[in-house]
Amino acid sequence: MPTIYINGEAIKIASGERLNGIEAARRAGVEIPHYCWHPGLSVVASCRMCLVEVGTRNPRTGEVIMHPKLVPACQTPATDGTVFITNSEKVRAARARVEENLLINHPVDCPICDKAGECLLQDYHFQHGQESRRADIRPFHSRRRPLGETVMLFVDRCISCTRCVRFCREITGSNELMLTDRGSIQEIDVFPGYPLENNLAGNVVDLCPVGALADLKFLYQQRVWFMKSHQGVCTGCATGCSIFIDQNQDRIYRIRPRENMSVNTWWICDAGRYGWDYVHSKERLLEPRQLDADTQTHVPVDWAPLLNRLDNSLREAAKSGHLAAVLSPHCTVEEAYLAAGYVRSIDPGARIVLGPVPKVGVDQKFPNGFVIRAEKCPNRRGIEEIAAYFMRRDYPFEALLEEIGSDTITGAWVTGGYPEDWIDEPTAQLFSPLRLLVVQDLFDSPLMRRAHYQIPAAAFAERDGSYVNANHRLQYATWAIRPPAGVQVEGRLFWRLAGRAGLYQARTILREMAAEVPYFSAAKAEIPDSGIDLVH
Amino acid sequence: MKPDHPDIQILEEPELGLAERMYLPLFVDGLTTTAKYLVRPKVTTQFPEEHPEIGNPLIYRGVHRLNRDEQGRVKCVACFLCATACPARCIDIVAAPSPWPDRDKYPESFTIDELRCIYCGMCEEACPVDAIELTSLFDLTGRSREEMIFDKEKLLSVYDKTKDSEPMKSASHSTLRVEDRLERG
Repeated sequence: MPTIYINGEAIKIASGERLNGIEAARRAGVEIPHYCWHPGLSVVASCRMCLVEVGTRNPRTGEVIMHPKLVPACQTPATDGTVFITNSEKVRAARARVEENLLINHPVDCPICDKAGECLLQDYHFQHGQESRRADIRPFHSRRRPLGETVMLFVDRCISCTRCVRFCREITGSNELMLTDRGSIQEIDVFPGYPLENNLAGNVVDLCPVGALADLKFLYQQRVWFMKSHQGVCTGCATGCSIFIDQNQDRIYRIRPRENMSVNTWWICDAGRYGWDYVHSKERLLEPRQLDADTQTHVPVDWAPLLNRLDNSLREAAKSGHLAAVLSPHCTVEEAYLAAGYVRSIDPGARIVLGPVPKVGVDQKFPNGFVIRAEKCPNRRGIEEIAAYFMRRDYPFEALLEEIGSDTITGAWVTGGYPEDWIDEPTAQLFSPLRLLVVQDLFDSPLMRRAHYQIPAAAFAERDGSYVNANHRLQYATWAIRPPAGVQVEGRLFWRLAGRAGLYQARTILREMAAEVPYFSAAKAEIPDSGIDLVH
Repeated sequence: MKPDHPDIQILEEPELGLAERMYLPLFVDGLTTTAKYLVRPKVTTQFPEEHPEIGNPLIYRGVHRLNRDEQGRVKCVACFLCATACPARCIDIVAAPSPWPDRDKYPESFTIDELRCIYCGMCEEACPVDAIELTSLFDLTGRSREEMIFDKEKLLSVYDKTKDSEPMKSASHSTLRVEDRLERG
């Protein structure tokens, strides 16, 4: 087992493990500052911030021979007997000099820079920089130019670490960015006529260790220290990327990728990054409504009497036929399980069916393996498994429509939650024979107009629960914002309808499911932030 | 600690002499103070007919103002440091890209709830461009709560009103543009 020495402390790594100096030091709890190195990109060792003293220890004599010069830790493999010294006077002086050099050409306009607060240049300056500036430079105004529709470049804030350039070469393979000129006038730029526009372009903003690249949607919207980050799962497609939802006062301002080596590595696509506007849309249904039989219009009702009324209506409808629950692939597995269980408790023969699965184009694969799926919903697999568990046979959405036509089914609860239009007029027409139609959705739709009860749905950032992605990986997402007034989150509503005491607990439901549904049995254990595989 | 603790000393009240028992010296002492104040200049100000004199207006913490730069534009760069420093959370800023080529960011709206403010002066201290300052205006009144929420225009008008009597506390230090910087060498 190879042994590595970090500042005199011996740490063991697994044989065959390929670590560089930065990763090895992290194991020992030592942070080596770095700008240009990123675990997902190639090593260029150009920023020189990670310079350390390196030597080798002779295993027989124990004698350590140090290199005469400082070397970049990112480029130095940690092999058996490698010695890293990261806290010597020589290393400290080198870091201070690198910081000083970077700041000579930097506008130091932190007060108006969006990166301030999460900027590595700021952090490292406080940790490793000098107290005062030797060069007499007044703050100046940074030049700026847009690189594409979504990203703005603040030219003079750049430290030329080339992370963004390497990202466009190695991860997306689209090669939009380049460096022009050399030395102190080196700049990032796009090739003339080829703006930065690929489906992963937003990642360069997260990659940028300084404030050179800014997200035009987020630009000047919020200072980073006002926001709270919540661990979530992207519901844009069946990949189910791990994300951070950054919110302040129940308003989402930004979505960032969360490192998850089993799902999305370090990236998310732009559709997921920018696709949350509908959460704050003014078009959303914000109150439950009931169809007035006399006027044939929908009138608002209070939540308190509504629950009983819903329950009675469902029981009434079950008397003359069967009930059905259409579970949207935007529901969490806990919500789907609760809803299915509730409908089954009224009518043991109730049909549990997966709602329409939206598909757009074909899967888009990137050179590094990142996939944007054509299936634009997060939880098709999870809902499918729940429907299969309750139905014990293949029962597609079309079969339900047929049964409604033949009058076997008299009442249906349809969950929506789709950000886009999901049902057309002819399909909605097929629901007309129903004696009771409850539609729970975010927006108005042809089906919504036919509903006897219109129930407002919650958006992804408001839900608590788990999603199963296309690769059978279950991930748990916590709610990031509270739903707007008048909206009850699905999980809570089904919990109350099912007559359970106390508050809705997604974890409790998941544990129950793991015990009951074989597909979810792996979820019995505590679920790590990166999720668990349900099928091995 | 118990009453019989060795560290406790019990002191007896000193015996009063004849003069003290007659209260006369104390009586004279008190009357002297009264007489002194009778002849001293008056310190009471007949507010609101009369306005008190403010010792140093530059360090007084009254109503806020938003300073203007040399071109008459709002000096604030919308960095939110005042809102961050504010312990009463009374500053609300909406930032936007500035309409001027030589500046990046500016406050599209800037409001201070003067009723919520505790006049601690932290905003003034936090401001990196000396855009927000506290003036010596203290007699702030209004007929409604809404009236006391000062917006950008109102705060700029406070500057216009007070700029002659209370000059800006610091000289302007506008940023250079890259071209100027390259020319300077």
